[in-house]
Amino acid sequence: MNYFRKVWAIVWKDIRAEIRTKEIFSSMFIFSLLVLVIFNFSIDLLEVNPLDIAQGVLWIAFTFSGILGLNRSFLFEKENDCLQGLMLTPIDRSAIYFGKMLGNLIFMLIMEAIAVPIFVVLFNIGIYDKIISLAIVIILGTLGFVTVGTLFSAMSVNIKAREVMLPILLFPIVVPVIIASVKSTGAILTGKPFDDIISWLKLIAVFDVVFLVVSFLSFEYIIEE
Amino acid sequence: MIFKWLTFVVVSIALVFIFLIAPIERQEGIVQKIMYFHIPSAWVAFFAFFVVFVASILYLWKKEREWDIIAHSAAEVGIIFCSLVLITGPIWAKPIWGVWWTWDARLTLTLVLWLIYVAYLMLRFHASEGSQRARFAAVLGIVGFLDVPIVHFSVLWWRTIHPKPKVLSMESPGSGLESVMLITLIMSLIAFTLIFFLLLGQRISLEKMRDELNEIKRRTFHSS
Repeated sequence: MNYFRKVWAIVWKDIRAEIRTKEIFSSMFIFSLLVLVIFNFSIDLLEVNPLDIAQGVLWIAFTFSGILGLNRSFLFEKENDCLQGLMLTPIDRSAIYFGKMLGNLIFMLIMEAIAVPIFVVLFNIGIYDKIISLAIVIILGTLGFVTVGTLFSAMSVNIKAREVMLPILLFPIVVPVIIASVKSTGAILTGKPFDDIISWLKLIAVFDVVFLVVSFLSFEYIIEE
Repeated sequence: MIFKWLTFVVVSIALVFIFLIAPIERQEGIVQKIMYFHIPSAWVAFFAFFVVFVASILYLWKKEREWDIIAHSAAEVGIIFCSLVLITGPIWAKPIWGVWWTWDARLTLTLVLWLIYVAYLMLRFHASEGSQRARFAAVLGIVGFLDVPIVHFSVLWWRTIHPKPKVLSMESPGSGLESVMLITLIMSLIAFTLIFFLLLGQRISLEKMRDELNEIKRRTFHSS
Protein backbone atom coordinates (compact mmCIF):
# COMPACT_ATOMS: atom_id res chain seq x y z
CA MET A 1 0.00 0.00 0.00
CA ASN A 2 1.41 3.36 -0.88
CA TYR A 3 1.45 6.27 1.50
CA PHE A 4 -1.67 7.96 0.14
CA ARG A 5 -3.77 4.84 0.39
CA LYS A 6 -2.71 4.45 4.00
CA VAL A 7 -3.72 8.04 4.73
CA TRP A 8 -6.99 7.52 2.93
CA ALA A 9 -7.68 4.34 4.94
CA ILE A 10 -7.60 6.42 8.12
CA VAL A 11 -9.74 9.17 6.62
CA TRP A 12 -12.28 6.61 5.44
CA LYS A 13 -12.33 4.95 8.87
CA ASP A 14 -13.21 8.32 10.43
CA ILE A 15 -15.85 9.07 7.83
CA ARG A 16 -17.51 5.68 8.30
CA ALA A 17 -17.49 6.04 12.09
CA GLU A 18 -19.01 9.48 11.67
CA ILE A 19 -21.72 8.25 9.30
CA ARG A 20 -22.74 5.72 11.94
CA THR A 21 -22.58 7.93 15.04
CA LYS A 22 -23.17 11.37 13.51
CA GLU A 23 -21.76 12.73 16.74
CA ILE A 24 -19.09 15.20 15.57
CA PHE A 25 -21.04 16.64 12.71
CA SER A 26 -24.31 17.14 14.54
CA SER A 27 -22.65 18.87 17.51
CA MET A 28 -20.51 21.10 15.29
CA PHE A 29 -23.39 22.07 13.05
CA ILE A 30 -25.89 22.84 15.81
CA PHE A 31 -23.24 24.80 17.66
CA SER A 32 -22.36 26.96 14.65
CA LEU A 33 -26.06 27.59 14.10
CA LEU A 34 -26.39 28.67 17.74
CA VAL A 35 -23.47 31.07 17.42
CA LEU A 36 -25.06 32.69 14.36
CA VAL A 37 -28.42 32.98 16.12
CA ILE A 38 -26.98 34.38 19.34
CA PHE A 39 -25.03 36.98 17.42
CA ASN A 40 -28.24 38.03 15.76
CA PHE A 41 -29.62 38.79 19.21
CA SER A 42 -26.50 40.47 20.57
CA ILE A 43 -26.14 42.81 17.59
CA ASP A 44 -29.19 44.56 16.28
CA LEU A 45 -29.00 44.22 12.53
CA LEU A 46 -31.47 47.07 12.08
CA GLU A 47 -28.90 49.46 13.52
CA VAL A 48 -25.66 47.90 12.34
CA ASN A 49 -24.74 47.32 8.74
CA PRO A 50 -24.53 43.50 8.42
CA LEU A 51 -21.43 43.82 6.24
CA ASP A 52 -19.55 45.44 9.12
CA ILE A 53 -19.82 42.41 11.34
CA ALA A 54 -20.89 39.47 9.17
CA GLN A 55 -17.39 38.21 8.34
CA GLY A 56 -16.40 38.26 12.01
CA VAL A 57 -19.51 36.40 13.11
CA LEU A 58 -19.00 33.79 10.41
CA TRP A 59 -15.44 33.03 11.52
CA ILE A 60 -16.37 33.01 15.19
CA ALA A 61 -18.96 30.37 14.33
CA PHE A 62 -16.38 28.37 12.37
CA THR A 63 -13.63 28.47 14.98
CA PHE A 64 -15.83 27.76 17.97
CA SER A 65 -17.63 24.85 16.39
CA GLY A 66 -14.36 23.65 14.86
CA ILE A 67 -12.97 23.32 18.37
CA LEU A 68 -15.83 20.96 19.25
CA GLY A 69 -14.93 18.66 16.37
CA LEU A 70 -11.21 18.77 17.13
CA ASN A 71 -11.85 17.95 20.78
CA ARG A 72 -13.70 14.80 19.75
CA SER A 73 -11.21 13.80 17.06
CA PHE A 74 -8.66 12.08 19.28
CA LEU A 75 -11.05 11.39 22.14
CA PHE A 76 -12.63 8.59 20.13
CA GLU A 77 -9.21 7.10 19.46
CA LYS A 78 -8.36 7.31 23.14
CA GLU A 79 -11.58 5.82 24.50
CA ASN A 80 -11.22 2.24 23.33
CA ASP A 81 -7.45 2.31 22.96
CA CYS A 82 -7.91 2.74 19.22
CA LEU A 83 -4.80 4.92 19.11
CA GLN A 84 -2.83 1.93 20.35
CA GLY A 85 -4.25 -0.03 17.45
CA LEU A 86 -3.41 2.69 14.97
CA MET A 87 0.15 2.84 16.25
CA LEU A 88 0.53 -0.93 15.90
CA THR A 89 -0.37 -0.79 12.21
CA PRO A 90 2.68 -0.87 9.95
CA ILE A 91 2.39 2.71 8.78
CA ASP A 92 4.42 5.84 9.27
CA ARG A 93 3.27 7.97 12.22
CA SER A 94 2.88 10.96 9.92
CA ALA A 95 0.28 9.01 7.91
CA ILE A 96 -1.86 8.91 11.07
CA TYR A 97 -1.49 12.67 11.35
CA PHE A 98 -2.46 13.36 7.73
CA GLY A 99 -5.37 10.93 7.97
CA LYS A 100 -6.78 12.54 11.09
CA MET A 101 -6.10 16.02 9.74
CA LEU A 102 -7.91 15.35 6.45
CA GLY A 103 -10.83 13.82 8.35
CA ASN A 104 -11.12 16.94 10.50
CA LEU A 105 -10.81 19.14 7.43
CA ILE A 106 -13.62 17.30 5.64
CA PHE A 107 -15.95 17.45 8.65
CA MET A 108 -15.33 21.15 9.13
CA LEU A 109 -15.79 21.96 5.43
CA ILE A 110 -19.12 20.11 5.33
CA MET A 111 -20.24 21.98 8.45
CA GLU A 112 -19.19 25.27 6.84
CA ALA A 113 -20.87 24.43 3.54
CA ILE A 114 -24.18 24.12 5.38
CA ALA A 115 -23.57 27.02 7.77
CA VAL A 116 -22.83 29.54 5.00
CA PRO A 117 -26.30 29.38 3.35
CA ILE A 118 -27.93 29.74 6.77
CA PHE A 119 -25.64 32.67 7.46
CA VAL A 120 -26.65 34.24 4.14
CA VAL A 121 -30.31 33.93 5.06
CA LEU A 122 -29.97 35.20 8.63
CA PHE A 123 -27.76 38.15 7.75
CA ASN A 124 -29.42 38.86 4.44
CA ILE A 125 -26.23 38.95 2.42
CA GLY A 126 -25.88 38.15 -1.27
CA ILE A 127 -22.95 35.90 -2.19
CA TYR A 128 -24.07 34.39 -5.50
CA ASP A 129 -21.30 35.92 -7.60
CA LYS A 130 -18.67 35.51 -4.88
CA ILE A 131 -18.97 31.83 -4.08
CA ILE A 132 -15.68 30.73 -5.64
CA SER A 133 -13.46 33.32 -3.98
CA LEU A 134 -15.29 32.77 -0.69
CA ALA A 135 -14.70 29.02 -1.01
CA ILE A 136 -10.97 29.57 -1.58
CA VAL A 137 -10.70 31.66 1.57
CA ILE A 138 -12.71 29.21 3.65
CA ILE A 139 -10.76 26.18 2.45
CA LEU A 140 -7.35 27.80 3.04
CA GLY A 141 -8.36 29.22 6.42
CA THR A 142 -9.91 25.98 7.61
CA LEU A 143 -6.82 24.07 6.50
CA GLY A 144 -4.66 26.34 8.65
CA PHE A 145 -7.02 25.87 11.57
CA VAL A 146 -7.00 22.06 11.39
CA THR A 147 -3.27 21.59 10.72
CA VAL A 148 -2.33 22.98 14.13
CA GLY A 149 -5.68 21.91 15.59
CA THR A 150 -5.11 18.22 14.86
CA LEU A 151 -1.60 18.38 16.32
CA PHE A 152 -2.87 20.01 19.51
CA SER A 153 -5.88 17.73 19.67
CA ALA A 154 -3.55 14.73 19.88
CA MET A 155 -1.76 16.56 22.66
CA SER A 156 -4.71 17.81 24.71
CA VAL A 157 -6.39 14.41 24.78
CA ASN A 158 -3.57 13.20 27.02
CA ILE A 159 -3.71 15.96 29.62
CA LYS A 160 -6.02 17.05 32.39
CA ALA A 161 -8.76 19.56 31.58
CA ARG A 162 -8.43 18.62 27.91
CA GLU A 163 -11.59 20.31 26.68
CA VAL A 164 -10.46 23.64 28.09
CA MET A 165 -6.84 23.29 27.09
CA LEU A 166 -7.39 22.78 23.36
CA PRO A 167 -8.81 26.26 22.66
CA ILE A 168 -6.30 27.85 25.04
CA LEU A 169 -3.46 26.25 23.11
CA LEU A 170 -4.93 26.68 19.65
CA PHE A 171 -6.50 30.15 19.55
CA PRO A 172 -3.35 32.24 20.11
CA ILE A 173 -1.47 30.24 17.47
CA VAL A 174 -4.19 30.63 14.81
CA VAL A 175 -4.53 34.38 15.31
CA PRO A 176 -2.92 35.10 11.91
CA VAL A 177 -5.33 32.72 10.16
CA ILE A 178 -8.32 34.31 11.86
CA ILE A 179 -7.20 37.85 11.01
CA ALA A 180 -6.43 36.98 7.40
CA SER A 181 -9.64 34.98 6.90
CA VAL A 182 -11.87 37.63 8.45
CA LYS A 183 -10.20 40.41 6.45
CA SER A 184 -10.43 38.59 3.15
CA THR A 185 -13.99 37.38 3.77
CA GLY A 186 -14.92 40.99 4.52
CA ALA A 187 -13.27 42.20 1.34
CA ILE A 188 -15.12 39.59 -0.70
CA LEU A 189 -18.52 40.30 0.87
CA THR A 190 -18.18 44.03 0.24
CA GLY A 191 -17.35 43.33 -3.40
CA LYS A 192 -13.68 44.32 -3.45
CA PRO A 193 -11.63 42.90 -6.35
CA PHE A 194 -9.86 39.59 -5.84
CA ASP A 195 -6.42 41.27 -6.04
CA ASP A 196 -7.11 42.94 -2.70
CA ILE A 197 -7.04 39.67 -0.84
CA ILE A 198 -4.08 38.05 -2.58
CA SER A 199 -1.61 39.09 0.12
CA TRP A 200 -3.91 37.74 2.83
CA LEU A 201 -4.28 34.44 0.98
CA LYS A 202 -0.50 34.22 0.67
CA LEU A 203 -0.20 34.73 4.41
CA ILE A 204 -2.65 31.90 5.13
CA ALA A 205 -0.86 29.70 2.60
CA VAL A 206 2.47 30.34 4.34
CA PHE A 207 0.88 29.47 7.67
CA ASP A 208 -0.61 26.27 6.19
CA VAL A 209 2.68 25.12 4.68
CA VAL A 210 4.85 25.99 7.70
CA PHE A 211 2.61 24.18 10.15
CA LEU A 212 1.93 21.20 7.90
CA VAL A 213 5.68 20.64 7.80
CA VAL A 214 6.13 21.24 11.54
CA SER A 215 3.23 18.91 12.38
CA PHE A 216 4.54 16.29 9.97
CA LEU A 217 7.93 16.40 11.73
CA SER A 218 6.71 16.63 15.32
CA PHE A 219 3.64 14.39 15.37
CA GLU A 220 5.64 11.27 16.25
CA TYR A 221 6.84 12.97 19.44
CA ILE A 222 3.24 13.62 20.44
CA ILE A 223 1.85 10.10 20.20
CA GLU A 224 5.03 8.30 21.27
CA GLU A 225 4.29 6.28 24.41
CA MET B 1 28.29 34.65 43.00
CA ILE B 2 30.49 36.93 40.90
CA PHE B 3 27.72 37.09 38.34
CA LYS B 4 25.27 38.27 41.00
CA TRP B 5 27.56 41.12 42.00
CA LEU B 6 28.24 42.02 38.39
CA THR B 7 24.49 42.21 37.77
CA PHE B 8 24.04 44.32 40.89
CA VAL B 9 26.73 46.79 39.82
CA VAL B 10 25.51 47.08 36.22
CA VAL B 11 21.89 47.52 37.31
CA SER B 12 22.97 50.24 39.77
CA ILE B 13 24.89 52.07 37.06
CA ALA B 14 21.91 51.77 34.72
CA LEU B 15 19.62 53.21 37.40
CA VAL B 16 22.00 56.14 37.95
CA PHE B 17 21.97 56.77 34.20
CA ILE B 18 18.19 56.55 33.99
CA PHE B 19 17.30 58.79 36.92
CA LEU B 20 20.27 61.15 37.28
CA ILE B 21 22.15 61.47 34.01
CA ALA B 22 19.62 61.02 31.20
CA PRO B 23 17.84 64.29 30.42
CA ILE B 24 14.12 64.66 30.80
CA GLU B 25 12.46 64.53 27.42
CA ARG B 26 11.12 67.93 26.44
CA GLN B 27 7.74 66.94 25.05
CA GLU B 28 6.87 63.80 26.97
CA GLY B 29 8.38 64.81 30.30
CA ILE B 30 9.30 62.47 33.12
CA VAL B 31 6.99 59.72 31.88
CA GLN B 32 9.35 59.04 28.99
CA LYS B 33 11.80 57.41 31.42
CA ILE B 34 9.57 54.35 31.38
CA MET B 35 11.13 53.65 28.00
CA TYR B 36 14.30 52.47 29.77
CA PHE B 37 12.23 49.69 31.36
CA HIS B 38 9.74 49.05 28.56
CA ILE B 39 12.11 48.41 25.65
CA PRO B 40 14.60 46.24 27.59
CA SER B 41 11.70 44.16 28.96
CA ALA B 42 10.45 43.60 25.42
CA TRP B 43 13.92 42.59 24.26
CA VAL B 44 14.36 40.17 27.16
CA ALA B 45 10.90 38.65 26.58
CA PHE B 46 11.62 37.99 22.91
CA PHE B 47 15.06 36.64 23.75
CA ALA B 48 13.61 34.35 26.44
CA PHE B 49 11.09 32.89 23.99
CA PHE B 50 13.91 32.34 21.52
CA VAL B 51 15.73 30.39 24.26
CA VAL B 52 12.56 28.31 24.75
CA PHE B 53 12.54 27.59 21.00
CA VAL B 54 16.19 26.49 20.85
CA ALA B 55 15.96 24.43 24.06
CA SER B 56 12.77 22.76 22.75
CA ILE B 57 14.48 21.68 19.53
CA LEU B 58 17.47 20.40 21.48
CA TYR B 59 15.18 18.49 23.81
CA LEU B 60 13.39 16.68 21.00
CA TRP B 61 16.74 15.92 19.46
CA LYS B 62 18.71 14.77 22.51
CA LYS B 63 15.90 13.85 24.96
CA GLU B 64 17.88 15.20 27.90
CA ARG B 65 16.01 16.55 30.93
CA GLU B 66 18.49 19.46 31.05
CA TRP B 67 16.97 21.06 27.92
CA ASP B 68 13.45 20.63 29.21
CA ILE B 69 14.41 22.47 32.40
CA ILE B 70 15.98 25.30 30.42
CA ALA B 71 12.92 25.66 28.16
CA HIS B 72 10.57 25.69 31.14
CA SER B 73 12.65 28.21 33.09
CA ALA B 74 13.10 30.53 30.12
CA ALA B 75 9.36 30.48 29.43
CA GLU B 76 8.57 31.46 33.02
CA VAL B 77 11.10 34.28 33.09
CA GLY B 78 9.97 35.37 29.61
CA ILE B 79 6.36 35.62 30.76
CA ILE B 80 7.41 37.90 33.62
CA PHE B 81 9.13 40.31 31.25
CA CYS B 82 6.35 40.06 28.68
CA SER B 83 3.89 41.00 31.44
CA LEU B 84 6.14 43.93 32.33
CA VAL B 85 5.94 45.11 28.72
CA LEU B 86 2.16 44.87 28.76
CA ILE B 87 1.99 46.76 32.08
CA THR B 88 4.52 49.52 31.35
CA GLY B 89 3.14 49.99 27.84
CA PRO B 90 -0.29 51.34 28.83
CA ILE B 91 1.24 53.46 31.63
CA TRP B 92 3.42 55.11 29.02
CA ALA B 93 0.72 55.26 26.36
CA LYS B 94 -2.00 56.93 28.44
CA PRO B 95 -0.31 60.35 28.88
CA ILE B 96 1.36 60.29 25.44
CA TRP B 97 -1.17 58.73 23.07
CA GLY B 98 -4.18 59.58 25.22
CA VAL B 99 -5.36 55.98 25.41
CA TRP B 100 -4.38 53.01 27.56
CA TRP B 101 -4.45 50.59 24.72
CA THR B 102 -4.52 50.74 20.95
CA TRP B 103 -4.54 47.72 18.67
CA ASP B 104 -1.27 48.81 17.19
CA ALA B 105 0.75 46.05 15.50
CA ARG B 106 3.48 45.87 18.11
CA LEU B 107 1.07 45.88 21.07
CA THR B 108 -1.06 43.20 19.49
CA LEU B 109 1.96 41.02 18.74
CA THR B 110 3.12 41.27 22.37
CA LEU B 111 -0.33 40.36 23.63
CA VAL B 112 -0.57 37.33 21.34
CA LEU B 113 2.93 36.30 22.40
CA TRP B 114 1.90 36.55 26.03
CA LEU B 115 -1.15 34.37 25.36
CA ILE B 116 0.93 31.74 23.55
CA TYR B 117 3.41 31.38 26.41
CA VAL B 118 0.76 31.47 29.12
CA ALA B 119 -0.79 28.53 27.24
CA TYR B 120 2.66 26.93 27.24
CA LEU B 121 2.90 27.20 31.03
CA MET B 122 -0.69 25.97 31.44
CA LEU B 123 0.12 22.96 29.28
CA ARG B 124 3.07 22.18 31.53
CA PHE B 125 0.85 22.57 34.57
CA HIS B 126 -1.87 20.24 33.32
CA ALA B 127 0.25 17.52 31.71
CA SER B 128 1.41 14.70 33.95
CA GLU B 129 5.05 14.88 34.88
CA GLY B 130 7.59 13.01 32.81
CA SER B 131 8.85 12.74 29.28
CA GLN B 132 5.38 13.20 27.78
CA ARG B 133 5.03 16.64 29.32
CA ALA B 134 8.49 17.55 28.09
CA ARG B 135 7.68 16.43 24.56
CA PHE B 136 4.34 18.27 24.44
CA ALA B 137 5.90 21.43 25.79
CA ALA B 138 8.77 21.20 23.32
CA VAL B 139 6.38 20.91 20.36
CA LEU B 140 4.43 23.93 21.58
CA GLY B 141 7.67 25.83 22.19
CA ILE B 142 8.63 25.28 18.55
CA VAL B 143 5.17 25.93 17.06
CA GLY B 144 4.75 29.07 19.18
CA PHE B 145 8.01 30.64 18.14
CA LEU B 146 7.59 29.83 14.44
CA ASP B 147 4.22 31.55 14.67
CA VAL B 148 5.79 34.84 15.77
CA PRO B 149 6.82 36.14 12.31
CA ILE B 150 3.45 35.12 10.83
CA VAL B 151 1.55 36.86 13.63
CA HIS B 152 3.80 39.86 13.13
CA PHE B 153 2.89 40.25 9.46
CA SER B 154 -0.79 39.56 10.03
CA VAL B 155 -1.18 42.23 12.71
CA LEU B 156 0.95 44.65 10.69
CA TRP B 157 -1.24 44.34 7.58
CA TRP B 158 -4.34 44.16 9.74
CA ARG B 159 -3.70 47.77 10.72
CA THR B 160 -1.97 49.16 7.65
CA ILE B 161 -4.17 47.90 4.84
CA HIS B 162 -7.09 49.78 6.33
CA PRO B 163 -5.31 52.47 8.32
CA LYS B 164 -7.14 53.84 11.31
CA PRO B 165 -6.46 57.25 12.78
CA LYS B 166 -3.67 56.83 15.27
CA VAL B 167 -3.38 59.19 18.19
CA LEU B 168 0.33 59.44 17.83
CA SER B 169 2.70 57.14 15.99
CA MET B 170 5.76 55.88 17.78
CA GLU B 171 9.00 56.09 15.85
CA SER B 172 11.20 53.04 15.97
CA PRO B 173 13.38 52.86 19.07
CA GLY B 174 16.86 54.29 18.68
CA SER B 175 16.03 56.72 15.93
CA GLY B 176 15.92 60.35 16.89
CA LEU B 177 17.18 59.72 20.38
CA GLU B 178 19.68 62.02 21.99
CA SER B 179 23.06 60.31 22.49
CA VAL B 180 22.92 60.35 26.31
CA MET B 181 19.49 58.77 26.12
CA LEU B 182 20.80 56.16 23.71
CA ILE B 183 23.67 55.30 26.06
CA THR B 184 21.21 55.04 28.94
CA LEU B 185 19.01 52.74 26.89
CA ILE B 186 21.97 50.53 26.01
CA MET B 187 23.04 50.40 29.68
CA SER B 188 19.52 49.44 30.58
CA LEU B 189 19.44 46.75 27.89
CA ILE B 190 22.65 45.23 29.26
CA ALA B 191 21.33 45.40 32.81
CA PHE B 192 18.06 43.69 31.89
CA THR B 193 19.87 40.99 29.94
CA LEU B 194 22.03 40.27 32.99
CA ILE B 195 18.93 40.13 35.18
CA PHE B 196 17.43 37.68 32.72
CA PHE B 197 20.41 35.34 32.92
CA LEU B 198 20.49 35.66 36.69
CA LEU B 199 16.82 34.73 37.01
CA LEU B 200 17.18 31.96 34.45
CA GLY B 201 20.10 30.47 36.37
CA GLN B 202 18.18 30.67 39.65
CA ARG B 203 15.12 29.06 38.11
CA ILE B 204 17.16 26.26 36.56
CA SER B 205 18.93 25.42 39.81
CA LEU B 206 15.57 25.50 41.62
CA GLU B 207 14.15 22.97 39.18
CA LYS B 208 17.23 20.77 39.54
CA MET B 209 16.87 20.87 43.32
CA ARG B 210 13.25 19.83 42.93
CA ASP B 211 14.33 16.89 40.77
CA GLU B 212 16.89 15.90 43.36
CA LEU B 213 14.32 16.13 46.13
CA ASN B 214 11.91 13.92 44.20
CA GLU B 215 14.68 11.42 43.64
CA ILE B 216 15.50 11.31 47.37
CA LYS B 217 11.82 10.98 48.24
CA ARG B 218 11.45 8.14 45.78
CA ARG B 219 14.48 6.32 47.14
CA THR B 220 13.48 6.62 50.81
CA PHE B 221 9.98 5.55 49.93
CA HIS B 222 11.24 2.44 48.19
CA SER B 223 13.74 1.49 50.89
CA SER B 224 11.32 1.81 53.80
